[in-house]
Amino acid sequence: MKKPLEGVRIIDLCVVWAGPFATMTMADLGAEVIKPENPFVFQPMTRGRVARPTQLMLDAGNSWAGGLPGGVPGEKPWNYSPTFVSLYRNKRSFTVDLRRPEGMEVLRKLVAVSDVVYENNATGTMESLGITYDWLREANPRIIFVRVPAYGSTGPYYNARALGVHLEAVMGHSLLRGYDDTDPSTNTAIYSGDYLAGVQGAFAVMSALWLRERTGRGQLIEIGQAENAAAMFTQAVMDYSLNGRIQEAIGNRDVNGRYPCGVYPALSPGTAATMDDHWVTIHVETDAQWHALVRVMGSPDWATDPRFDTNEGRRSHARELDRHIASYTSQHDDYELMHRLQAAGIACAPVLEVSRMFDDAQLLERGFFREQTVEGTGPRKYAGPMWNMTGTPIEFIQPPVTFGEHNDYVYRDVLGLPEDEIEALRAGGHIATEYDASVP
Amino acid sequence: MQALDNVTVLDLTHHIAGPYATKLLADFGADVIKIERPDGDIARRLGPFKGDVPHIERSGLFFFLNLNKRSVVIDMKTPEGRDAVLALAAKADLVVENFRPGTMERLGLGWDAIHAANPRASMISISNYGATGPYRDYRTSELVLYGYAGEMYSMGLTDREPTKMAGTAALFESGASAAAALMGALWGGKVNGAGQWVDIALTETHAGGVDRRHATAIAYQFSGRKALRAADAANGMPQGIYPCADGYVDFTAAGLRPDRVDDMLGFPEWNQDPKYRDPVLRFDPTVIEEWNANFLLWCLERTKREIWAEARRAKVMCGPLFSMKDLFEDDHFRGRGFWAKATHAELGEVEFPGRPLIFEEGGWALRRPAPLLGEHTREVLEEHGFSAAAIASIEAHGRVPA
Repeated sequence: MKKPLEGVRIIDLCVVWAGPFATMTMADLGAEVIKPENPFVFQPMTRGRVARPTQLMLDAGNSWAGGLPGGVPGEKPWNYSPTFVSLYRNKRSFTVDLRRPEGMEVLRKLVAVSDVVYENNATGTMESLGITYDWLREANPRIIFVRVPAYGSTGPYYNARALGVHLEAVMGHSLLRGYDDTDPSTNTAIYSGDYLAGVQGAFAVMSALWLRERTGRGQLIEIGQAENAAAMFTQAVMDYSLNGRIQEAIGNRDVNGRYPCGVYPALSPGTAATMDDHWVTIHVETDAQWHALVRVMGSPDWATDPRFDTNEGRRSHARELDRHIASYTSQHDDYELMHRLQAAGIACAPVLEVSRMFDDAQLLERGFFREQTVEGTGPRKYAGPMWNMTGTPIEFIQPPVTFGEHNDYVYRDVLGLPEDEIEALRAGGHIATEYDASVP
Repeated sequence: MQALDNVTVLDLTHHIAGPYATKLLADFGADVIKIERPDGDIARRLGPFKGDVPHIERSGLFFFLNLNKRSVVIDMKTPEGRDAVLALAAKADLVVENFRPGTMERLGLGWDAIHAANPRASMISISNYGATGPYRDYRTSELVLYGYAGEMYSMGLTDREPTKMAGTAALFESGASAAAALMGALWGGKVNGAGQWVDIALTETHAGGVDRRHATAIAYQFSGRKALRAADAANGMPQGIYPCADGYVDFTAAGLRPDRVDDMLGFPEWNQDPKYRDPVLRFDPTVIEEWNANFLLWCLERTKREIWAEARRAKVMCGPLFSMKDLFEDDHFRGRGFWAKATHAELGEVEFPGRPLIFEEGGWALRRPAPLLGEHTREVLEEHGFSAAAIASIEAHGRVPA
C-alpha cells in the first residue's frame, strides 16, 4: 500500500518544537519534508541553543537540551541535540542563505514544486526575509501556507515572544497545575501546548489538502498557538463559562473529585538527587475499587474505617488517607504494585524515570523503541511513532537528518539546477554541511 | 463548503480522547455519527455541570467534546444493534472506537467484520496500552497515563512527589494526536482504495510525542544524563516563575537574551555590572541569586500585565499567569473572535473556545450544539434506509428502563 501522504512535499521553515512536530507527524505518514537551513544563521533552540555550545552551556542546560553524545559538544554539535534528533527523523535537509536574492530564488523554485510551507517563527521573521503569502502564492497558487504565531497575527499580543510554557501560562495552565499547597513558582516548565499545536497542525494540513482536491486552491492557515492550547483545560474553561468559578491547582487529584487519586512513594533503590526515587500513581474511581484496594493492602484497621466507605468520606479526609496509602506503597516495588492493583481492577502504574522505559515489558513487547544511527553517533533506541498503522506502517526510513545532508538531492534531483549554477551557489557559501565559522 | 464535509465518521468513542479526536473532524465539516449506549457517553456524567447539578444534558465537558456531532442511541449488544452499526459502517469513511481491547470482537464488530462490511473504511481503535502486550487489559486515567508515559517524573520539586498537568490535558493531547491519525487513515484509504486498522495506545501517543519524553529518552542514551525533577527558577537571569504585584509571571529561557532583558528593565544601573554579561559568571549560582534579588523588586512593583507589556516591547519571552477570569475578560482573545457561542436546549446560551485553527477557506464552523442523547437516532437511521419497524425496534432497545 502507498503511504497516506506519498507525493506531498512540505517545506519545513520551523523552529523549536511545535512546528517540527507537525512536519514530523506528516513525514511519518509519507510526506517528503524538506528543511532549508542557513549556514550563516543559527535558528535558536532548534539544532541546539547555539551552533557551538561551550561545555558550560551543555552542563547548565536540561538533559534534553544539553545531553549531547558523551556529554560533550563534539565535532558537529548541531547534528546531535537530543531535542533536534527527536523531531527530525524522516526529513531532508539542504542549505541555502535566504538573506540573499539567489537564495530566495532557490526557495521560490522549491515552493513551485511543493504543496505546503510550514513555519512557526517569531512574528516578523518570515516578512523580514520577504516570505509572504502573496510571494508564495505567486510561486505556486496551490500552496498551503501554515503559520503558527504564538498569539495569532492580530490583536495586542500579536508580536509577543513565547515558548509553549509562556502561552500556556496565559491560557491558564500554570495556575491550574502543580502542588495544591505551594505557590506556582514551584512549577516546572511544560510544553504540552507544543504537542497540541503540532498534531493539530498536521490535522490542519491534511484537512486543507483534502479540500484542495475539490477546489484546486491552496490557502493560508493561521494557528494561534495559545488559542489552540485552550482545549486542554476544557473543564476549567467550561466551569468558568457555565458557573463563573475560577478553578485552582488541585495537585495530583482527580478533576472529577474521585478519591483516592495521587502519586505515592514506592520502595526505591535511591533518592531523587540521583533520580533513583520510585513512585506509583493510583486512581480509584468507584467505591468498589476502593474496597478492592483495601483488600489488596490486606485490610489494615485504618483502611476499614467506615469514614472511608464513601467518596465523600475519602474526600474530606484525603490527606490522612494519602498518608496511610503511602505507608503501604512505600514498602513495595512500583511494578509489583501495578500488577497487584491492576489485577484487582484499579488504575495504577509506576511514574517512569525515562531510563526505565527501555526495560518496560509492555513497550518491549510492542517493539516501541527503534534503532537509528545519526552520523557521528552509535546506534541508539529512539522513541517510536505515535500510532501503529497496520496497513501503511510508519517506518523510520531516514535517521534524524544532519545539516545539509540532502544538498545534492534537492539541488540536482528536486530542482534540477545545472551544474554551473550549483557550483556558483557552492562558491557563494549557500551549500554547506556545517555552519560558517562566523556563527557562534 | 467545509474541508471535510464529504467525510462520514462512525464514532463509537466515549469519555475524552476519542471524542476530542472526532470533534476536530466534526468542527471542520465531517458528518460524525456518534453512537451512544442507552445510558449515554460517560462524559455526560462528568462535570463541570451548569449550576453544579449533575444532569446528562448539562455537562460542560460533554458539550465541548461533542459539538457538531449527531447522537444515535444503539444497544450494540443486541443483534439488531450490531447489524445497525455494520450498516452505518458500510457508508462511513472512518470507524473510531475506544473500548477495551477485544470488546469490538466480542460484539461481532471487530476489524474483520467492519472490513467485510466496508473494505474502503479504516477502523481506528484507541486503547490504554495498545491492542497487544502484557498490559493490554490494564486500566489507566489522566494521572496514571501521564506518570507512566509522559514527562511527569521530572515535573515538580526534587524533594516531593512528581506532579501532573491540569485537568485532563494528557487525554486531550492524545485525542488531538488521534485526530491526525484519523486524517492519515482517511488519506491512506483514498490513495489506496482500501481501509486499514489503526491501533493507537494512549501511552504511545505520549511516549512518542513531544513535551520531552522522546528527547529525554535519547539524551539519556547519548550522555547518561537523566531529567532531574526540579522547578526551573533561579538558574538563569531571569528564569522561571516570579511573583509580581498582582500575581505571577513566567520568564523561562528569557535569560538567553540579556540585551533584551536590559531593555525591558529600562537599562537600570544595577544591571550594568559586567559579571552579568560574563559567559562564565552568568552560570554562577551566587551571581544569579544576586541578580534575581534585584529583578524580584522590579517585578513586585508592577502588575503582571504591566510586566508583560514591557517584555513584549523589548521582545523578551514572558507569560503572565492568567486565571480563567483573566482569560475570559482579556481584550486580545475577545477581539480576535476566539470565543464562540451556541444555544443549547438545556444549557441555554453557552460561551466556549471556538476555532483552534483559522482557515482562509473551509474552516471551523458551528453547525449544531452538542446533541441531546439519541437526538438523531431516527434521522440517521432513516437516512440510511432503515424501515420504520427496524427503527422502532432499535429505539425500543435503546431506552433505559425507568
